[in-house]
Amino acid sequence: MNQDHIRNFCIIAHIDHGKSTLADRIIEMTGLLTSREMQAQVLDNMDLERERGITIKAQTVRTVYKAKNGEEYIFNLIDTPGHVDFNYEVSRSLAACDGAILVVDAAQGIEAQTLANVYLALDHDLDVFPVINKIDLPSAEPEKVIAEIEDVIGIEAEDAPLISAKNGINIDQVLEAIVNKIPAPKGDSNAPLQALIFDSLYDSYKGVIVFVRIKNGTVKKGTPIKMMATGATAEVVEVGYFGAGQFIPCEELTAGTVGYITASIKNVRDTAVGDTVTNAENPCKEALPGYKKVQSMVFCGVYPADGAKYPDLRDALEKLQLNDASLFFEPETSVALGFGFRCGFLGLLHLEIIQERLEREYNLDLVTTAPGVVYRVHKTNGDMIELTNPTNLPDPSEIDYMEEPMVNAEIMVTTEFVGSIMELCQQRRGRYKSMEYIEATRALIKYELPLNEIIYDFFDALKSRSRGYASFDYELKGYERSELVKLDILINREEVDALSFIVFKDSAYERGRKMCEKLKDEIPRHLFEIPIQAAVGGKIIARETVKAMRKDVLAKCYGGDISRKKKLLEKQKEGKKRMRQIGNVEIPQQAFMSVLKLDED
Amino acid sequence: MYLNSMKIKNGEIYVHIPFCVKKCDYCDFVSFACDDEVKHAYFDSLIKEIELNAEPGADMPVDSVFFGGGTPGIADAHEILRVLDALRSKYEVSPDAEISIELNPASADLEKIKIYRSAGINRVSIGLQSSDDRELKILGRPHSFNDFLRTYDDVHKAGFDNVNIDIMSALPGQSVKSYLSTLDTVTKLKPSHISAYSLIIEEGTPFFERYKDNKGLPDEDTEREMYYATKEVLGKAGYMRYEISNYAVPGKECRHNTGYWERKPYRGFGLAAASFDGSKRYQMHNDLKRYIKGDHEREITLLSKEDAMAEFMFLGLRMMKGIKKTLFKEEFSADIYDIYGSLLEKQKETGLIKEEGDRIFLTDYGIDVSNVVFADYLLV
Repeated sequence: MNQDHIRNFCIIAHIDHGKSTLADRIIEMTGLLTSREMQAQVLDNMDLERERGITIKAQTVRTVYKAKNGEEYIFNLIDTPGHVDFNYEVSRSLAACDGAILVVDAAQGIEAQTLANVYLALDHDLDVFPVINKIDLPSAEPEKVIAEIEDVIGIEAEDAPLISAKNGINIDQVLEAIVNKIPAPKGDSNAPLQALIFDSLYDSYKGVIVFVRIKNGTVKKGTPIKMMATGATAEVVEVGYFGAGQFIPCEELTAGTVGYITASIKNVRDTAVGDTVTNAENPCKEALPGYKKVQSMVFCGVYPADGAKYPDLRDALEKLQLNDASLFFEPETSVALGFGFRCGFLGLLHLEIIQERLEREYNLDLVTTAPGVVYRVHKTNGDMIELTNPTNLPDPSEIDYMEEPMVNAEIMVTTEFVGSIMELCQQRRGRYKSMEYIEATRALIKYELPLNEIIYDFFDALKSRSRGYASFDYELKGYERSELVKLDILINREEVDALSFIVFKDSAYERGRKMCEKLKDEIPRHLFEIPIQAAVGGKIIARETVKAMRKDVLAKCYGGDISRKKKLLEKQKEGKKRMRQIGNVEIPQQAFMSVLKLDED
Repeated sequence: MYLNSMKIKNGEIYVHIPFCVKKCDYCDFVSFACDDEVKHAYFDSLIKEIELNAEPGADMPVDSVFFGGGTPGIADAHEILRVLDALRSKYEVSPDAEISIELNPASADLEKIKIYRSAGINRVSIGLQSSDDRELKILGRPHSFNDFLRTYDDVHKAGFDNVNIDIMSALPGQSVKSYLSTLDTVTKLKPSHISAYSLIIEEGTPFFERYKDNKGLPDEDTEREMYYATKEVLGKAGYMRYEISNYAVPGKECRHNTGYWERKPYRGFGLAAASFDGSKRYQMHNDLKRYIKGDHEREITLLSKEDAMAEFMFLGLRMMKGIKKTLFKEEFSADIYDIYGSLLEKQKETGLIKEEGDRIFLTDYGIDVSNVVFADYLLV
C-alpha cells in the first residue's frame, strides 16, 4: 500500500485516563477483528497487566479503516508502556510513530505523566492531537480541560473529539482525525534499509521476533541484516505485520510500514530496543538517533527460599530475560541466604513485576534483599567502582568519596497539597528547583531528589499525602557526591550480610533504629535472648532485644489429641526448616524483606 | 476364668460422649448441645460400634475405661450402664480396672452418681476450672462454685474416693491472687488428683476471636507466676506432679492417661474417638449425623518406625519420670544415642533435659518450652 494511506501512531495518556479502552474501540471499529474476538482489553493481554491496569510490554496492532472519503487506510497503533520506569522504551515507541493521540480525562485534566509524555512526543516531532475522554462522567468539565490543554501544552484543542471510549461515543471522530491530523510516513523504499527496533519478543519456534518501523528501504525473506549497535547479523526468515494478537506474514516491509522480522535470532539482547536494523550488504550511512544501552537503575539480591531451587531460579531468570533485555542478573552468594542472584531492574515497578512473575509463573518462593541504586565509590588509589551490592563496599580507609544517582522529578498536585508534598521532598533530601502554577488550583513542582530516596515508597507517600491526586515523573540527572555509609545489622552479635544497606549518613540512626524494631517483631523468640544491633563502621547505633522464650507448652495431651498434637509439632519443625540459620538464630525469610517496609507505619 | 479368656484383650478403652449442656467459649473438643432423642440415638449407635467392631489391641486385659466428652455426666445414667455392659460383654475388663467418668458441676445429681458407683465406676473427674464465679462466667461455664461444692459432696456421699478436679490458670481477667485462691480452695478439699491447665486459646473457638490480640489475658509475667505457683502450692499440699499438667497424691495417678503417654494400646469408641493398636493410629470421623446413622468408618494412620520413636520421646517426656533408655532399646532395637545422640547432648547442654541413670526427663525449663524440645524429636 501507498505510504499516503498509512498512519503510524500511538496513544498517550495518564494511567486510568482510558488509553487501552480507546485502543480497543479503535480496533473494534476497524477491520481484521470481530467483536467476538475481542478480549476485554485486547492490548493488555498479560495477567499482571490486567490486574494492575497498566501496560507493561508494548504491543502493536495493524488494522484497516475505511474512511468517510471512501479510501482505505492502514492504521498501525503502537502501544507504549505507561510508567516512568520504562521511559526509554516509551521514547523508542514514540520514535516509531508519526503522530500521537493525547487522551485526557474530562474530569481529571492534565497530569504530570501526561505532560511528560506529550513533551516526549513533541521532542520526537510527532503531531499530537487531543481527545477528551469520559465526557459522560457527571464530573466532566470538557471546556476547562480544553482550555488547560491549550494553555499548558500549547496545542490546538478547540475541535478535540469529546468521547467516551467506554461507551463508544464519538469514536468515529477519532478515526477521521487519525486520517486527517496524523501525517503519512515519508520514506524511500529504494534507499538502504534503515529500520528502528521498538520492541522484541522471544518465541520458542521463531526465535526473536523483532518489532520494527521501516524508516527507509525494504526488507523481505532472505535479506541479510545487521543490528548497527549490537553488531549482530542474521538472515531474514519471515516478515509480517501485527494482527490483533497474532503475527501475519507478508511478502515485504517497505518504507513507512510497521511490522516484524524473524531471523532465527536466539537472544533479545542482540535486538536492543532503539537499535537500527540495516542491510548487512548495503548498509545505510548512519544509525537512527536515540539509541541508548539500557541500564539497570535498581538492584537487589534475589534468592530462592529453598536453597535447592537455585537452578530453577536461574532457569526462570534466563527465560524471563529472553523477553526482557532490561533484566540483568548475575550469580552471587550470601552468608545468610546462600546462592542467589544480584538482579538489576529499570525501577521498582519493574522489580516487582519480575518478582511476581517468578513467583507466579515459575512457582518460586523468593527472598529478596532491600533494593538499592548503583553507587559510585571513588577509592583513594584513583579507582572507581560501581557498587550494586552493599556487601562489596571497600574498607572505609580505601574510600576517598562516594556518589549517588540523582533525578529530576516533576510532581503535579492541586495547590492545597503543595505544602505537604514539599515537606515530603524535603524529608527525602530533595533540592527545590521551581514551582509553576498550571492553573489557579494546580502546581507543577520540580525537585532534584536522590534516586535512592524514591525507589522504595515515594510514590505511595505522594499518593497518601495528596489523597491520590499527585502525579509524578522523573528522569535520571546524573551522579552527585554524597555522604553515604553502610549500615550493618548484627543478630546475636553476628553480622548478617543480606541485611546491610547503604544509607545517607544523617539518616543512618533513624533507619537503623526502625530496622531493629522491625526485626524484633519478625524474629521469633528463641530459648535465649537475642540482641539485634544496627552498626555503622563497627559502631553500634541502635539496639533491640528479642526476649528469651519462657513458655511453649501443650497443656493437654490426651489419646485423641496425639495425632493432632503431632501435626502441631510437625508444623513447628517445618516452620523452623524454612528459616535461615545465622549462628544459632533462626530468622524467618520475611525478616529479610522487612527493610522494604520501614516507612509503612 | 475360662469364659473371660475368650473375650478380647486391649490395654485401655476410651468412650466419647459428645454432649454438653452448652459449649464453653474456650472449648475445641468435639461436643454439642443436643436433645434427648439425639442422645439416645447416639448411644444406640455407640453400642452397635462396640458390639460389631470390638477388636483386640494387646495381650492384656482392659486396665482402664474412661468416659470423656463433652460431659458424660449429663447423659442418662442408664445409657452409661448400657455402654459398660456392652464393653464387659466383649472385653476382658480387669476386676481392679480404673473406670473414670467426667462430670461437670450440676450435670449429675446424687442419684445418678450412686448409679455410676454401683455400676463399678470408681473414679470421677470434675471440671471446676475456677473457684471464682466471675471467672466461670467469663469462661462460659454453665455452673457456679456452689454447684461444684454440691456435686463434690455428692460424689463423696456416693462413695468415690478417687476424684480429680480440673482447674485452669491464665484466664481472662484472672489475677495471681484469685488463682492462688482457687488453688487453696481446691487443695483444702483434698481430692486425690488435680489437673491444672494453662488456658490455651484454640483456633475456631469464640475465645480465639475475642482474645486474638492478647488483650484481656494475663501478661507473660503474671501467667508464669501462676504456672510456677501451681507446682509449689500443690507440692506443699502433698500432690506430686507426674505430668506437665497433672498432679496426684502418690498412687493415685490416672492410669488411663498414663497409658497414652506410655504408648499403651487403647480402643476409643464414639464420635471423633482415637485408637491405637501399637502400630497404627485410628481416628473416628466427627460427623454426628453420620455416626448416628451407623457409619463407623475410621481414618487409619500407619506409623513408621521413625514416627513411633518420635512419639515415644514426645509422649514419654511429658511425664516427670521421663523415658527409659532401656525401654527405647527394647522397643526399637536401637540405642537411643544412635538415633538422637547429638540432639540429646544439645538439649542436655542447654538445660532442657536431664539424664539420671536409665532415665531422661525434662528440666523445669524444658517443661516451660516443651514444644520446642519435642519438635526436635520428629525425624522427618
